[in-house]
Amino acid sequence: MTTFTPSRRRGARLGPRFGVVLATGLALLATACGGTTRDDVAASQPAVPAASAAASADPGAPLKQGLKIAFLPKQVNNPYFTVSDTGGADAGKEFGAEVKEVGPSDASASSQVSYINTLIQQKQDAIVISANDPNAVVPALKQAMAAGIKVVSYDSDVAPEGRHLFINQASAEDLGRTQVQLLAEQIGHKGKIAVLSATPNATNQNTWIEFMQDELKKPEYKDMELVKIAYGNDDDQKSFTETQGLLRSYPDLKGIISPTTVGIAAAARYLSDSPYKGKVKLTGLGTPNQLRKFVKDGTIDGFELWSPGDLGYLASYAAAALASGQITGAEGEKFKAGRLGEYTIGANGEVLLGKPTVFTKDNIDDFDF
Amino acid sequence: MPAEKPARSPETPARSAEATAEGAFGRLTGLARRWEGLILVLLVAVMLWASFAVDGFANPSNVSFLLLDTTEIAIMALTMTLVIVAAEIDLSVASTLGLSCAVLGWLWNAGLAIETIMPICLLVGALCGAVNGLLVTRLGLPSLAVTIGTFALYRGLAYVILGDQAVADLPPAYTGLATQTFGPIPLVTVLVAILAALAAVVLHATGLGRSIFALGSNEEAAFFAGVRVKRIKFWLFTASGVFASLASLVYTFRYASARADNGVGLELAVVAAVLLGGVSIFGGRGSLPGVLMAVLLLGVVRNALILADVANEVLNFVTGLLLVASVLAPNLGAVWRRRTTRRSVRLEGNTPR
Amino acid sequence: MSGPEAEVLRDAGAAEAALPGGPGAPNGRGLVERVARVRELGIVVALVALFGVTGAVNPAFLGFDSLRDILLNSAIIAMLAVGQTLVVVTRNVDLSVSSIVGLAAFGGAVILADDPGVPIPVVIAGCVLLGALCGAVNGLLVGVAKVPALVATLGTLYAFRGIDFAVAGGRQVNAADMPEAFLSLGSGSVLGLPLLALVAVVVLLAVGWMMGNLPWGRELYAIGSNPDAAVLAGIRVRRRVVTAFVVNGALAGLAGVMWAARFGTVDATVATGKELDVIAAVVVGGVAIFGGSGTVYGAALGALLLSSITSALAVLRVDALAQTAINGALLIAAIVLDRVLALRVAAALRRRRYRDAR
Repeated sequence: MTTFTPSRRRGARLGPRFGVVLATGLALLATACGGTTRDDVAASQPAVPAASAAASADPGAPLKQGLKIAFLPKQVNNPYFTVSDTGGADAGKEFGAEVKEVGPSDASASSQVSYINTLIQQKQDAIVISANDPNAVVPALKQAMAAGIKVVSYDSDVAPEGRHLFINQASAEDLGRTQVQLLAEQIGHKGKIAVLSATPNATNQNTWIEFMQDELKKPEYKDMELVKIAYGNDDDQKSFTETQGLLRSYPDLKGIISPTTVGIAAAARYLSDSPYKGKVKLTGLGTPNQLRKFVKDGTIDGFELWSPGDLGYLASYAAAALASGQITGAEGEKFKAGRLGEYTIGANGEVLLGKPTVFTKDNIDDFDF
Repeated sequence: MPAEKPARSPETPARSAEATAEGAFGRLTGLARRWEGLILVLLVAVMLWASFAVDGFANPSNVSFLLLDTTEIAIMALTMTLVIVAAEIDLSVASTLGLSCAVLGWLWNAGLAIETIMPICLLVGALCGAVNGLLVTRLGLPSLAVTIGTFALYRGLAYVILGDQAVADLPPAYTGLATQTFGPIPLVTVLVAILAALAAVVLHATGLGRSIFALGSNEEAAFFAGVRVKRIKFWLFTASGVFASLASLVYTFRYASARADNGVGLELAVVAAVLLGGVSIFGGRGSLPGVLMAVLLLGVVRNALILADVANEVLNFVTGLLLVASVLAPNLGAVWRRRTTRRSVRLEGNTPR
Repeated sequence: MSGPEAEVLRDAGAAEAALPGGPGAPNGRGLVERVARVRELGIVVALVALFGVTGAVNPAFLGFDSLRDILLNSAIIAMLAVGQTLVVVTRNVDLSVSSIVGLAAFGGAVILADDPGVPIPVVIAGCVLLGALCGAVNGLLVGVAKVPALVATLGTLYAFRGIDFAVAGGRQVNAADMPEAFLSLGSGSVLGLPLLALVAVVVLLAVGWMMGNLPWGRELYAIGSNPDAAVLAGIRVRRRVVTAFVVNGALAGLAGVMWAARFGTVDATVATGKELDVIAAVVVGGVAIFGGSGTVYGAALGALLLSSITSALAVLRVDALAQTAINGALLIAAIVLDRVLALRVAAALRRRRYRDAR
């Protein structure tokens, strides 16, 4: 380039302009002694979430015909949700409702909000949602509830003030503890273990992991140690690499728990082709179809899951019961869910599907999902 | 390609005010006859179709949702327009947004007041933009490569800072403000309108704006004409960062949730909107009203299709198609025009970008 | 290297070719080649340093199994990087590779699952063809319709992924559904080397040789260095650019098959986001984003480096959350390094020119 020096230009004025903005910002900083902080917000929040509309339940009311129920999973085209939402649709056929599945292709909270707004516009009777973020969707859900739409969460909960009911696959506590128990049996209650989770932000996985850590404090697990929580981000290749990393960094690792269907499939695939097959035990949450091969070839002794189809089915019935006035979401109320029988609402609007099912090579061929 | 170059020759500082306004207006009307006119027609057509064909589209609450949804994209598109007109690109805007959200969440958890945190976030955005600007101007690196690198770097830093937390207990005064609407018009849209007016004035009616067009058309000529190319580019990138962090504030309060993965994927939507708005990827050509219309168009199309229960994949497909069509159409027009007029050898400028 | 610096280099090369003593004499061209080698050497040095440090912390990292894993991990990205180099060298970019991989992977998996009678080589060929077709769409948009590559491939990124979702729905093809023979391709070894890595190496050597020795390879570089000069020099620019995109697409199709064989679980989201990893590998590997320089060997080394870092981080017990930040920092460091090198070279050549001219 040359050494030609251009003359001063008006464009240079931008510099001082920005400096003024900067100075203002700094001034704001300096004088912001009396701003709103976290403690202020916490102090001003009501201790109890606002009570829902005081409509009384009418257990005898029949399920309305022609209800419009929309399933809004974390992500469409995700096989797990396809199965669960099909279960919901099957339930809908039983009581004459119009059930549809909508949702984002990327598992993000903001996309879900767009869909909630749309569903409000479309005047749905109920929304059944599995949230990517428990809080980001709450303002939109509150608007939906204000518009008379019943909100049921399933699989991954939202903050309680954003929904009427939460259909939980099994209690988070159950899931966390039983996975530890499963693995402990498989490794003889002794040795180092690791967890291969989904994304670092995933609410359900994090809750289960907390319970796992709590379970490990019990005396019968004193010879077991949780050395690492790895995050596979629900991505095949990442979960692969993380599994490899775990085995390299902890060569004496005895077991891995992977509470995500993507993680356990990737880990199983890696282990079954490696010298660790059978020596490092793998368990967690997975679908029978994905893991059948690995159970049969000895990579996995046992894993567990609930039936996603049943989960969707139950959620559908719960939504219909709410929309028909059979229940209001208060603790202790009961409702019937077709072939699954009668369910009682627990504390905090939670309904438990039941205990997780453990799949081993003895029973895995009985299932197809 | 046939360019409606806004300036036939490099601008000199000594133009009169009238000539400036005239030139700007002339540019605007010239463009309006072309691409922006098309976008406007398309926008009106889609809105009319949606109002009649799609249930639930044409009511105030839906319109407000629509406008709310496009807020962050609109804010970032304003500075992205200037950057692309300057023949650069900034793919790191969404990561700057994420980093700014992460800083917000982290500082909030640390107990700082929200009024203190907000300027700090803007500062963070400015810093991110400034780093981009320095790498592009001082080291002469191509902005595509630099911003791909910072795209990963800033998002990564966001994860390092906030980890796996989602900060949700934000003050209701602000979260309420972000979702406040007056009938069909949300409050934040007013903010966007003000910013857009500011950006439009800067781009189309000031010397700075003319300089940006000039340096986007031909950087070397602009340099020799006295335009401070490096300085302008640096501040453009910085402004891009500031607007990204402004968008992050709106985003965080709107969703009442500060997470490290806020805004993932938004940069492509912003670039798509800008290109659809008639801004040439080679720089030197474009208009802000066109971009605003394109942002609105993409938002309306998306909203209408979702309301009509069209599957998600079709939405993605349509976005991709629109993007390609927005550049293909002028090219095909040019080819056709060239075939029907006398041939001449044309050399495209070998300007680095 | 690009812009004025590249022109200086080219002038040096051209002038030097006319000098007595011909090409190969210790002048500009030798310097240019040496620089290119330095760039790749830099990556090798970085690799050695990485392995050294990680190996010191945990010797298991240097074990045979670990190295085999790393090779396997990098095979797919390396293959994609090789294809991407062809495109980047012509001053274009192809962001849609991840969608092509996804489409090919799902297409292949679904055929293997539903029609087990179809022979595996036919499926592989079909996927490669599918990839080539997608590449042709890109090539036509960029080469013939003159749509800027960034825009065109951004659009096809969305479009192809949309098609993938439409075809796949919520379906997931599992390892149990695919024939064992196919899956063994993903995990099998030949003489201790993973088969997939071998395939990647063969492709790398083949493409590398062709780029360096065949006329069309040199023409790709010419197109990237100076498109207008290339047109005037009589190079069939359109044809070459379209070919580059088609080959890139075909390699992406092959990578899709490899993906299906390696991971076994295939659905509509395969390879989402990978396009940026590929571009990072290519840039780190010394291929200029402006086109006109860089080799496929460098790109493959870049892919290897980035995969090794991922594995090393896991072994070093560094928080996985830092991975993205590190990738970004590395990318920036790579282009800064390139720039500094280019400036040094330009300065050296200028000095030499003036000295020789005296």
